[in-house]
Amino acid sequence: MPDSIIVDTATKIFQDLCEADTINKAEKGEWPTALWDALEESYLPLTWVPDDLGGAGAEIADGFAVLRVAGRFAAPVPIAETLLAGWLLAQAGISSPSGPMTIAPVHEDGNIEIGADGALKGRARHVPFARNAAHIAVVGTRGGESVVALVAAKGLAISPGIGLSGEPRDTVSFDGATALAVQPAPGLDPAKLTLIAAAARTQQMAGALERILEQSVQFSLDRVQFGRPIAKFQAVQHNLATLAGEVAAASAAADLAAEAIALNGVDGVEADVAIAKLRVGDAAGAGAAIAHQVHGAMGFTYEHTLHHSTRRLWGWREEFGNETLWAERLGRMVAAQGADALWPFVTQGS
Amino acid sequence: MANTFQFDPIELPPECKELRQEVRAFLKQEIDAGTFSPGGGRSENAAAFARKVGAKGWIGMTWPKQYGGQGRTQLERYVVTEEMLAHRAPTRHYSTADRQSGPVLLRYGQEEVKQNILPRITSGELCFCIGLSEPNSGSDVFAASTRATKTDGGWLVNGRKIWTSNAHNADYMIGLLRTSNSTPENRRHGLTQFLIDVKSKGITIRPIINLTGAHDFNEVVFDDVFVPDLHMIGEVDMAWKQASAELAYERSGPDRWLETLQSLVELVRIVGPEPSERQAEGIGREVAHLATMRRMSLSIAGMLQAGHSPAAEAAIVKDLGTNFEQALPNKVRLMAPVRGDSAPDSNDDRFEQALNYTTLIAPKLTIQGGTREILRGIIARGLGLR
Repeated sequence: MPDSIIVDTATKIFQDLCEADTINKAEKGEWPTALWDALEESYLPLTWVPDDLGGAGAEIADGFAVLRVAGRFAAPVPIAETLLAGWLLAQAGISSPSGPMTIAPVHEDGNIEIGADGALKGRARHVPFARNAAHIAVVGTRGGESVVALVAAKGLAISPGIGLSGEPRDTVSFDGATALAVQPAPGLDPAKLTLIAAAARTQQMAGALERILEQSVQFSLDRVQFGRPIAKFQAVQHNLATLAGEVAAASAAADLAAEAIALNGVDGVEADVAIAKLRVGDAAGAGAAIAHQVHGAMGFTYEHTLHHSTRRLWGWREEFGNETLWAERLGRMVAAQGADALWPFVTQGS
Repeated sequence: MANTFQFDPIELPPECKELRQEVRAFLKQEIDAGTFSPGGGRSENAAAFARKVGAKGWIGMTWPKQYGGQGRTQLERYVVTEEMLAHRAPTRHYSTADRQSGPVLLRYGQEEVKQNILPRITSGELCFCIGLSEPNSGSDVFAASTRATKTDGGWLVNGRKIWTSNAHNADYMIGLLRTSNSTPENRRHGLTQFLIDVKSKGITIRPIINLTGAHDFNEVVFDDVFVPDLHMIGEVDMAWKQASAELAYERSGPDRWLETLQSLVELVRIVGPEPSERQAEGIGREVAHLATMRRMSLSIAGMLQAGHSPAAEAAIVKDLGTNFEQALPNKVRLMAPVRGDSAPDSNDDRFEQALNYTTLIAPKLTIQGGTREILRGIIARGLGLR
């Protein structure tokens, strides 16, 4: 169970400093200084970094719980990315610097090479918040062995892009840059990083789904048509009940992966991550559709805040493996074990 | 968050893991002995099977020892139940009593009845049915009109119950009967639960054959049936207050999402170790939904164990679960390889049997034990919409 003090701290910060205006401005390129500084002062971005490497030394579960809250508030800052970067650096015993960080590569086929002298070679697409990051944690290879490198973002060639989420998704060229630190990281590779990153995204998505349920319920109680709140119409009630089911399922699935990683790290958790990313992705699609239907034309305006969450859901469900990718992998795992192992597969670990 | 339902995470304790292995070993033994077949049709050995499960101490296992129970946890019961269902064990002789009737008696029954009846449930002897629905009272449970009229030393019952599963095999029914009229303030007032000996004089049971061709439900007609005072359950006219806890038990269990699993299992068998992309994707998606559902259902078992009564959460699990299990056979059908003249017959027959059976039972899954529409109404109430 996550530490409630950490969750309460995060909630308070987002409540105070992550209002609609902050999110809109961030999407126009204005860095939310007050929000990020408050998060840093509370050591929240370094939740996954041990004390001796400059971090908060909290539990893995705490970090996932913080991301749930961040997702609920559509926080326009690289909190997930900094957590992941801190985790990645810690795997190789590298201390985390302060300031916003991100990770690279974010695709499993990413390939960044690091020379004996620390010089980097390679390019990474869709790197979240690269333009805002002070440092990038890179998982790559050095002479064929897995390494993690800490790289200063300043001086890198970053060409900006914007994802469906409205967040920066930049292309970063590492050619010619030199790492600040490089350490061996046996067993780590972009695919392993994807597992924990996908689990992180599912927490953010579960949070965003909680938010759209809350907004939709409130809207249905406030909006009057035909002389009564639309919440009183059975068709609307049943849509919202379905949304509540999807939100609950997403929450359960996201926690399934988070618990597996808290217990085992990133080894042997592929099935758990597959279940989570796929189930939460399905919930995101179905849930966002219902939320928009309930909100009618108002929810389709830029002025309304519903899109802060629904666009993120649509963007995030595509990242670190979409529903199809994980479904196919999970299906192959099940098929390989055979029909009579299906039930033991579902109940394994319990 | 006011509107988010709570599903506390749960980790099964080590004794549950041991118990699961014990149940699997028992079931393997019963399958090998021919008591039932997990891939086959309806077993005729339900009554004998109940005695064996009773001897294991797995019926009413959470009840106190003084009533024949084992004082074990809801989580242990959950493990036994899901293993039975996943293996398609013939639990129908005891499952209703284990899940619903026993807990109702335990909580509201009179002491003498508890001492007499409960140990005979846990031994696997007694079979129960539930007398809720009537010809004019389906989803609208509190419209029941089958009447119990006070007489010397008991009550006289007249009326009709319908869709009563297993009445023809049952020893007892827990029936919801009208003892007074409803009031303008509370339309749920005036109903009382009774324990009714199904073999009583004046009861006629007529079979209703369902669309699979099987005899499961019945019409039960009461003509001046005498029920002793001792068999009144809880307070007169106040059954509505007793109903909600019962429904949380009924609505969240693995029986609400495992009923068509065999279609998926048999699909995996005919597809083999190297599925096509389409098959792999389809199988993976169903397994992910299944695993999520199971986690939610387990969470409810944990909340029940902690003494909570999560009615809206249970409705969510049943709504998601029954929609999942209902949709599954059709998805399986569309994932299946073409089964033409060049296909081997052996596994194919087994697949077809599972697919046909689950396709036929699919329509009832979102009706029995609270329709989809009723469940969504309960969830909407939990959201503060009504």
